Amino acid sequence: MPQALEGSQAIARAVALCRPQVVSAYPITPQTHIVENLARLVADGALACEFVSVESEHSAASVVLGAAAAGARAYTASASQGILLMSEVLYNIAGLRLPLVLTCANRALSAPLSIWNDQQDSMAVRDAGWIQLYCAGNQEAVDTTIQAFRIAQDTELPVMVCVDGFTLTHTLEPIEIPDQAAVDAFLPPLHFARALDPARPLSLGTLVSPEWFTEARHSQHGALLAAAADIEAADRDWAAATGRAWGGLLEVDGPQDARIGLLTLGSISGTMADARAASPDLPPVRLLRLRAFRPFPAAALQAACAGLETLVVLERALSPGGEGIVTAEVRAALYGREPAPAVRGFAVGLGGRDVPMAIYRRAVEAALAPGEGTFAILDVDPRRLPAEDRYPDLAPPAARGAEEEAT
Amino acid sequence: MNEESSDSTPVPDVAALRRRQPRFQGLEAGHRACLGCAQALAARLVLEAAGPDVAVANATGCLEVFTTPWPESAWRVPWVHSLFENAGAVASGLEAAFKAQGRAAKVLAFAGDGGTFDIGFQSLSGMIERHHDVLYVCYDNEAYMNTGVQRSSSTPHAAATTTSPAGRARLGKRHLKKDILSIVAAHHMPYAATASVAYPSDLRKKVRRAVAVEGPTFLLIHSPCPLGWGHDGSRSIEIARLAVESGLVPLIELERGELTGAMPIRAVRPVTDYLKAQARFRHLFADTPEAHRELEHLQALADHNIEVYGLRGAGADPRDTAGADTVRRGGARWA
Repeated sequence: MPQALEGSQAIARAVALCRPQVVSAYPITPQTHIVENLARLVADGALACEFVSVESEHSAASVVLGAAAAGARAYTASASQGILLMSEVLYNIAGLRLPLVLTCANRALSAPLSIWNDQQDSMAVRDAGWIQLYCAGNQEAVDTTIQAFRIAQDTELPVMVCVDGFTLTHTLEPIEIPDQAAVDAFLPPLHFARALDPARPLSLGTLVSPEWFTEARHSQHGALLAAAADIEAADRDWAAATGRAWGGLLEVDGPQDARIGLLTLGSISGTMADARAASPDLPPVRLLRLRAFRPFPAAALQAACAGLETLVVLERALSPGGEGIVTAEVRAALYGREPAPAVRGFAVGLGGRDVPMAIYRRAVEAALAPGEGTFAILDVDPRRLPAEDRYPDLAPPAARGAEEEAT
Repeated sequence: MNEESSDSTPVPDVAALRRRQPRFQGLEAGHRACLGCAQALAARLVLEAAGPDVAVANATGCLEVFTTPWPESAWRVPWVHSLFENAGAVASGLEAAFKAQGRAAKVLAFAGDGGTFDIGFQSLSGMIERHHDVLYVCYDNEAYMNTGVQRSSSTPHAAATTTSPAGRARLGKRHLKKDILSIVAAHHMPYAATASVAYPSDLRKKVRRAVAVEGPTFLLIHSPCPLGWGHDGSRSIEIARLAVESGLVPLIELERGELTGAMPIRAVRPVTDYLKAQARFRHLFADTPEAHRELEHLQALADHNIEVYGLRGAGADPRDTAGADTVRRGGARWA
């Protein structure tokens, strides 16, 4: 039976159901409620694990690294600056091929300081070698957390479960918490073959010369790509157990004959689906939701774009001086395909700016507008900018029209 | 000794029997350390005393680099290297995992002075504060040797390094060596001690003592680096001994911050005996008022140690041979 739970509380309950042996974290908004809830479960005796409250995110990631190296199921969570402080360790965990799970409560990066949601933090570590899964809602966050532990041990890769800060972590929703037996049946105990053990001494994390480094990276890259099958299998098996599936790598929703596609990650996906339902006057739109960003599901994306003339990408991050991070990857995946849709990329909802349903209309209008759509921040308000910072070339289509009207 | 029984049965030569038993070699020969590297010797001694039921978290540094050139490894104990500054935290994670799994392996953290005094200081402090059952060993060679002899906060005052060179305007490092032992001890530390490769049985005794403590313990091992200090590799032990005999490196034990042991110096040597043996202090022997002043300063630091820790001893031979049989020996598993 569904219960009204805050996202963080539900995620903590899901983590506990996975029977972690070591949990280590450092508090940071908006991740705090997750670790507070876990600490509460430990204090109440509902979760038997070593809960290590460390002095920094760098140490949080290092503690779970050590725990995973010893063969324990380990979990941590962070956000924003915490992810950046961890980043050195995140690369190291992935290179050591250690299975563990991290929840990223997505939040903007400073400066300017913002505690609110966007996805710049997890995008900043996209090359670390972690599997990255983005959740649209809290039921999915619960289910994906449980799936993540299985994917991690099936692939010997770390998994980052990305949930939008506040929008998901601090929102109450009716949520189905699976029972322990279902989780136990889905998630067998961890047996890590390379666990440190005095009876079978291994050296982990050695110095590697140029003769070997390339091969280590090749293996890691291959393992990340091969993990796509494990992500899909986990989603499929979880659906068999609970009746809930979340689209595997890429969730596609919309008419076959649509000419416009809209690609999103995370919680704005639901907003766009609602907006589409509320906008019958607009042409049909196929919604694509990237659930796995690493590994990047290029083949699934290519298939999902069949028949599209334009694909609009809405993302909550950008590479300043470049363009949208997801946009660039989508372009690369579709480049040279015949036929392939034109890709228009937009950043929206940076630093917690609300992404209302009206954004959907602007995105569709941008898709219909003539010209070469490149990349812009769709919801920038030129009136808040000094004249010299308006950069007319960067103005999004609709905003350009609005500005012309104003002048 | 019961004289009657000694008449009836031959007295076994216990020392000889013990020597015939295999000695646990946690760090094997064949690694790539420089000739005369005291850190390599110290790590071998630590593992001899700690035995095989351990797991090591090793910070980045010489020890990690020279022992594990993939696909070879000199370690016969489970060993993980992660990063430079997180040995304390990785060791915490190993210990938490072993506790959660109900396993009995003792966790050791190995780091140099860079990974301990400087970049890894925070994670070490966190590890101690959380009272993890870990023996943290700092192999102190008093500079960043792995990157080519740059100063650390452990580099002694007036020593020349590549980032604190001696020149016309400067006489080496301007700052004092950080008193890491006192800082560590201030964490309500059950056991924190200094040791020297020149006194191996004292070193092993301290390792065994630290391993027996349930909780965080710390061992700072003074380990000469021939390359960085500028001396012949054959003189590492002699120089380490001079450091102790001059009072510059006191061998002490602190329990909960209280001084509970100090190795006495029977014949105190002037600091110049120690300093003149090393190229890193050569500039202090120029005939200038500044150099004379620095030598006086260093002598005053040694005198201060002797006074504060009560190091002036008397009596028997100070040489460290009486406890030479205290190495841990075991069965076939240790061979």
